[in-house]
Amino acid sequence: MTTLTDPPKESFQLGMLIYDTRYRSMTIQIVALIGFMLLIGWLISNTAQNLATLGKEPNFGFLGEPAGYDINQRLIDYNSQSTHLRAAFVGLLNTLLVAVMGCATATVLGVIIGVLRLSKNWLISKIMTVYVEFFRNVPVLLWIVFTMAILIETLPAPRAFRGDNPEATMKLFDTVAFTNRGIYIPEPLFSRGLGDISVFGAFGISIDLLVILAALFGGIYAARKVTARANRIQEATGERPTTWHINLGLIAVPTLIVLVALGFHLGYPELKGFNFKGGTHMRNSLIALWLALSLYTAAFIAEIVRAGIMAISHGQTEAAAALGLRSNRIMSLVVLPQALRVIIPPLISNYLNLTKNSSLAIAVGYMDITGTLGGITLNQTGRELETLLLLMLCYLIISLSISAVMNWYNESVKLKER
Amino acid sequence: MKKSVIFGALTVAGLAAGAAAAGTLDDVKARGKLNCGVTTGLVGFAAPDANGNWDGFDVGVCRAVAAAVLGDPAAVEFVPTTGKTRFTALASGEIDMLARNTTWTFSRDVDLKFTFVGVNYYDGQGFMVPSELGVSSAKDLDGATVCIQTGTTTELNLADFFRANGISYEPVPIETNAEAQQQYLAGACDVYTTDASGLAATRATFEDPGAHVLLPEIISKEPLGPLVRHGDNNWGDVVRWTLNALITAEELGVTSANIGELAAGTDNPEVNRLLGTEGNLGEMLGLSADWAKSAIMAGGNYGELFEKNIGENTPIALARGLNAQWTDGGLIYSPPFR
Repeated sequence: MTTLTDPPKESFQLGMLIYDTRYRSMTIQIVALIGFMLLIGWLISNTAQNLATLGKEPNFGFLGEPAGYDINQRLIDYNSQSTHLRAAFVGLLNTLLVAVMGCATATVLGVIIGVLRLSKNWLISKIMTVYVEFFRNVPVLLWIVFTMAILIETLPAPRAFRGDNPEATMKLFDTVAFTNRGIYIPEPLFSRGLGDISVFGAFGISIDLLVILAALFGGIYAARKVTARANRIQEATGERPTTWHINLGLIAVPTLIVLVALGFHLGYPELKGFNFKGGTHMRNSLIALWLALSLYTAAFIAEIVRAGIMAISHGQTEAAAALGLRSNRIMSLVVLPQALRVIIPPLISNYLNLTKNSSLAIAVGYMDITGTLGGITLNQTGRELETLLLLMLCYLIISLSISAVMNWYNESVKLKER
Repeated sequence: MKKSVIFGALTVAGLAAGAAAAGTLDDVKARGKLNCGVTTGLVGFAAPDANGNWDGFDVGVCRAVAAAVLGDPAAVEFVPTTGKTRFTALASGEIDMLARNTTWTFSRDVDLKFTFVGVNYYDGQGFMVPSELGVSSAKDLDGATVCIQTGTTTELNLADFFRANGISYEPVPIETNAEAQQQYLAGACDVYTTDASGLAATRATFEDPGAHVLLPEIISKEPLGPLVRHGDNNWGDVVRWTLNALITAEELGVTSANIGELAAGTDNPEVNRLLGTEGNLGEMLGLSADWAKSAIMAGGNYGELFEKNIGENTPIALARGLNAQWTDGGLIYSPPFR
């Protein structure tokens, strides 16, 4: 005889949401989420309501109106009759320019300093320690202003270059002028240029540049093929064919041919009227911002590189030495590739920091997006909320893009476990 | 400071618009201090002296309002603002009024929602260059590098002037007058442009003012005056009529020297109404009867303020010109106190 008892009925009571450990955590999370959403909703509705009371409903129509102001450094066509949107875009490109230049320089400097800080040479390692501590412990804004002040106060004004017996002269065979308004360097010109192609009618990209880049990358691609072939021969026979002259030819010759075909020549800066004309003008504001951001961020990157190198077991170095590698090859072939895995993630956040720190540009009058959209446009239109939201969106997109690219790179260098 | 103003604007716009919309007069009385926005430092108009006391023509307006409302010309908290931060500071309620040589324009009045209560200085944009450049007209400035304070009407006037004359220039945007001065003196820009009064004030602080010339072109109309937020007309009236009281006092010959005597009562009913011995103008404004008397005693009437801070006997040496009383052929004119 068997007795069957029904399994206890699952009865659900409201109290179990709090007293039953199975549900409690869920309950707390949902309540917290609702509270958070309410808070956000209250903030948004309150802002909207109060803006409406002030008679300033959010409106992005101002972006289509003429900006009315001029911008000194512009990578695309812009004049005072262009729209606020275009002014913002000019600023965005300036932000990107200084961010890319800054990240590249900071990385190179940072790696060199980080490696040298581990040098066995007491003097060199101490100098690098002083550099790191000196730069990372002073606010970057001070570095920016200080660099600008040095450039303005120590370099000669353009009018010092004037006259028969000028106080200042151009450097490097009369091709480069260092003035307190910036550095004028020769610019590349093409007497048989191909013109621009218009992208969405918004800005033009030089076809000359595209052709040169195509020739250069084609050459590099061919050179890599040659190197790969040399590797195969070396693996098969142990003999490595000499490839450097073929590679050099493959990279240089097509580029040179393209340059000659386009009628490449340099345009030199020349003092005319108030300023130098011709040549490329690197403004002091750009140089000061670029240098200060690079030197400051390089100090952090140096520490990251040092940490990455020290994370590699000393046994690796000794093993490589036992194989007969010299110390610089040990560094480049054994230590650095492994250290990269430790270095990349914190490096990403330093790139992001540098990009965001570039918003201090207005301190030296560099017209980045904070200076155009978040500065003059905000001031002339009085649309604080709209411009600041746009500005935040821009920085968010830039930062997320940098993050995405660097994470992809991180994936490609990280330890592949099979 | 700048960031905090912006975020202050966002949060305050979000939280305190009700407070900002009404009752500024009550707020000031309850606080016992007037928050007055001024420049970060322009000698003659608003600049702290060696002891940190603010002094100048615009400061005089702040002190007069404080004296009218609180009876004490020293009850002012001066908030230095840049060309960029001033409107946010005012809109957010961080300051009660702005007396910072700010140009009265259509869009600032209508779109930015500010009330300009009057004009205390009729100005125009000019250019200053070192005399060694040998420039005699602004139209010779083709290709010049121009230092300019960012976030001002001068920035737009400059773009228009050069475009209209078909000449090019390189703008160097700068945050404050002090930085502009540094860059200009170092030769990082050929020209400094701002309101002609500001140029004169800046030049007065140079080691060798004679080595710099103001070009004859005045390229814009810049009526400068104090302003308040839209939406609080009572407070706007207080500031407007304090300024008018200073102007009327000069017109009627009421000075800080003879005011004690005149306040005892005169035969001129307008003087009596102004000084509160006749009628109830102060009560209508929500102030004490002797509000205008306190305002005038704070720094003198309009003419006295002008002479003391920027007049011909000061290093800035500005002539009255357009800023003379209408009775002397100028534009300074107050509606009647009636």
